[in-house]
Amino acid sequence: MRPIRVLVAKPGLDGHDRGAKVIARALRDAGMEVIYTGLRQTPEQIVAAAVQEDVDVVGLSILSGAHNYLFPRVAELMKEQGAGDVLIIGGGVIPDEDIPGLKEAGVSEIFTPGTTTTEMIEFIKGNLKRDI
Amino acid sequence: MELIQQMLSGEKRACARLITSVENNPEEAEKILRKIYKFTGNASIIGITGPPGAGKSTLTDKIVKSLVGEGKKVGIIAVDPTSPYSGGSILGDRIRMQDLALNPKVFIRSMGTRGQLGGLSKYTKNALKILDAAGYDYIIIETVGVGQSEVDIVKAADTIVMVMVPGLGDDIQSIKAGIMEIGDIFAINKSDLFGADRTATEVNMMLDLAASVERRPPVVKVTASKNEGIDELVTEIKKHIDYLKDSGKLEERRRSNMELEITELIEYELKKIVISNITSENKLKSEVDKVINKEKNMYEVRDEFLKTIKE
Amino acid sequence: MYNEEEFSRLKRSRENWEETVLNKSLNKAPESKTEFKTGSGTTVNRLYTPEDTTDVDYETEIGYPGQYPFTRGYQPTMYRGKTWTMRMYAGFATAEESNERYKYLVSQGSTGLSVAFDLPTQIGYDSDHALAQGEVGKVGVAIDSLKDMEILFDGIPLDKVSTSMTINAPASVLLAMYIAVAEKQGVSADKLRGTIQNDILKEYIARGTYIFPTDPSMRLITNIFEYCSKEVPKWNTISISGYHIREAGSTAAQEVGFTLADGISYVEAAINAGLDVDTFAPRLSFFFNAHNDLLEEVAKYRAARRLWAKIMKNRFKAKNEKSMMLKFHTQTAGSTLTAQQPDNNIIRVAMQALAAVLGGTQSLHTNSRDEALALPTTDSVTIALRTQQILANETGVTNTVDPLAGSYYIEAKTKEIEEKAMEYINKIDELGGAARAIDLGYIQKEISDSAYKYQMEIESKDRIVVGVNKYQVEEEAPKGLLRVDPIVGEMQKKKIEDVKAVRNSEAVKEKLEALRTACKGTENVMPFILSAVKEYATLGEICGVMREVFGEYEQAVLL
Repeated sequence: MRPIRVLVAKPGLDGHDRGAKVIARALRDAGMEVIYTGLRQTPEQIVAAAVQEDVDVVGLSILSGAHNYLFPRVAELMKEQGAGDVLIIGGGVIPDEDIPGLKEAGVSEIFTPGTTTTEMIEFIKGNLKRDI
Repeated sequence: MELIQQMLSGEKRACARLITSVENNPEEAEKILRKIYKFTGNASIIGITGPPGAGKSTLTDKIVKSLVGEGKKVGIIAVDPTSPYSGGSILGDRIRMQDLALNPKVFIRSMGTRGQLGGLSKYTKNALKILDAAGYDYIIIETVGVGQSEVDIVKAADTIVMVMVPGLGDDIQSIKAGIMEIGDIFAINKSDLFGADRTATEVNMMLDLAASVERRPPVVKVTASKNEGIDELVTEIKKHIDYLKDSGKLEERRRSNMELEITELIEYELKKIVISNITSENKLKSEVDKVINKEKNMYEVRDEFLKTIKE
Repeated sequence: MYNEEEFSRLKRSRENWEETVLNKSLNKAPESKTEFKTGSGTTVNRLYTPEDTTDVDYETEIGYPGQYPFTRGYQPTMYRGKTWTMRMYAGFATAEESNERYKYLVSQGSTGLSVAFDLPTQIGYDSDHALAQGEVGKVGVAIDSLKDMEILFDGIPLDKVSTSMTINAPASVLLAMYIAVAEKQGVSADKLRGTIQNDILKEYIARGTYIFPTDPSMRLITNIFEYCSKEVPKWNTISISGYHIREAGSTAAQEVGFTLADGISYVEAAINAGLDVDTFAPRLSFFFNAHNDLLEEVAKYRAARRLWAKIMKNRFKAKNEKSMMLKFHTQTAGSTLTAQQPDNNIIRVAMQALAAVLGGTQSLHTNSRDEALALPTTDSVTIALRTQQILANETGVTNTVDPLAGSYYIEAKTKEIEEKAMEYINKIDELGGAARAIDLGYIQKEISDSAYKYQMEIESKDRIVVGVNKYQVEEEAPKGLLRVDPIVGEMQKKKIEDVKAVRNSEAVKEKLEALRTACKGTENVMPFILSAVKEYATLGEICGVMREVFGEYEQAVLL
């Protein structure tokens, strides 16, 4: 079995990467290969990276409130690029009422503040869409 | 295989999936490589290595932009260490290459060293072949020059750029013995920093003492973050590639790499045969008992095993 | 403070207490944990006694407020003279809506404005830029041109209020717009009071809204120092911020160490640009976090004040005492707010605000209970402001200066934080200064190590967060959160079109080219920015010119 590959990305302009970095480390410590792309990623850049890196999971973190635009855009581009079998998850300051819409758009789970990294790791392991 | 056709026609997703296969699954790898081998051998392979913090990713980014500016296609394999504790890794080289992500002529792939002894270079070489077959004119392998496995990876390159940087302590000493010798070109990055001239002088002195008369590696001062000295460095890289071609060294290098690779393939298969032979039915265990009880010595056991395998 | 004889007497009496009273109690009922720690993870002893402060000399280390080393406060009467400025950070959507919120805050007793800008503004992009999509007006107000700034401060007399602007990379542009608006109101620049954050180093470290590389950024900052020392003398030209460093997960000592190391870099840059330390240092101000551990936080502010005074006096040979005074704004820690049981955040904020007041802050922003969920609603903002008013008017903590001084625990912790912070500063000096340490990823790595440790402690329940990993309840999704209408982006685009249609585009072009030339040379760029702003050149156009000349910063990440 190969390691699970995860792209951890920060779409949009917000510069708060504490959460993204903590998650990147936690996933590494759980044995995953984490590709970290840094700040200010456009959906197009994120999808290009996800395709080239052939990841199993794309994790998006956003705190600025722009999730309703940016998350669905990533999901849509992933499908367009033939990478619909990649698990997309998101996290950040996201009101509960936005979650159903985001899930419908193709984001499998939204992790809000207070979620443990353990819960996230379990979710990833249990919900991969590809064989590893 | 449909993926191979798509990869050969330039589809990045297919290329990425094939790399995943050859990186993880030896049987798959063989199937794929058998089919694509005839399409390989066209790319120039550049290794970029140096100590942590030398700015290799930024330098790679700038070199790639320069090559892409000439209309070339460039593939990048960025290798970062895997944690020996968890087996996971954080691969962060893309951060420095953000605006290349969308360039149609560029393909970037991050790899973890995954700790396999010597195995890494094999997987990296497999990935190289995919990119080569996919039509990338240049393939850059970027890796930290700290361990033997990294040195092995970089040895797959035609041209090796050693990146040095002033002020990281006694960095020349900190680079493992044996690694300095493999540099074809030395780039002193962050040359705007205090101490750059000293570092350049030290590298030059060392090269004067050590290098062969045939070709003395050039030393180029660059400041990747300010895009300074990149043209000169790219020129030196191309000069080295021409030198390899004109002098017949490229063919020589590739022949010896191929010899090594074929030998390794044979070794690998032989080992598999031997191991399965001696471990089956606890044969080894009973022989070990005999050696321990001084009924036989280990050389007798070896000869007996080899005899059955040869037959 | 004690002679040897007194010291050994104290030691004997403590040992006697331990053997008789303490041990008897411990035998009957052991303590709940083997080790007690501060919020930052440093050890807390069972008891602090005069023995723990023997090396803290009262006169030289603690002293009197308003006097070197300012441990007890920068000013002799502190809140007996005037309470802190209650400054609520606000701004969202359009200039029109933010303007309404400011007028409301002023009517409710807020004594200073604090402007939050949206991310495209903070990164120097106009609202119609591709990267601005989905971000316009989200975390603050969108400002594209002088037009927006005129609307933002409409009806607010700029000679009467003091305005703080959380703006860094494009600080020069927003300050220029503020000056231009004031001019239109008939208020001259020398009457303007306020602060621009203007602290680029912490953007590279923690907050992420950088634009240009280090060198040109430092030049812009010193250009502002120089310009304001002549033209806008009452303006605080920088707010050197530990707040975001702490939010990114640092410890209290790291917050002080890294922030003061940034401060040292700015002072050095200004001195290297030929400015006399005493001309600009009195206008430096700081910005700290108010985190959960109340007593540790109080010690932190005191340690920061003392250490900065020593640095300015000894390292930079400042002569003017005002150059040695560390004045600071505080904001309660946004990262401690929980999405679970959000009303609990009111209590957290109150405790954190108390720490800031006991630590002698000059101004304070209290977070609203719903900020872990969305931008705060007017109701939540009002409670947050009332929290400060209760502290100032009802609790009595303002009646005396630095009331916790002399506490063995507080003094011991103050000293400990000062020493640890100094160790970080020494390490950064060894690496070649803050900018270089950032470039190497050292500071970011230290902070992310602390952040990771903090998170793992929460997950293992070594650290309790009420409502998150203990005392949880089933909750319904909160209602009535503030939402920014996505139409804001379209409205801003329209406004840019309108501005571009009526302005003198020849003049804009000319001013932008003059700015380009100035950027390439060594002149102070402020006057050039000001004249471009007055012709309604947009923020994106001005920053675009600077991007072309200066290039862009590339992030350093070590994980």
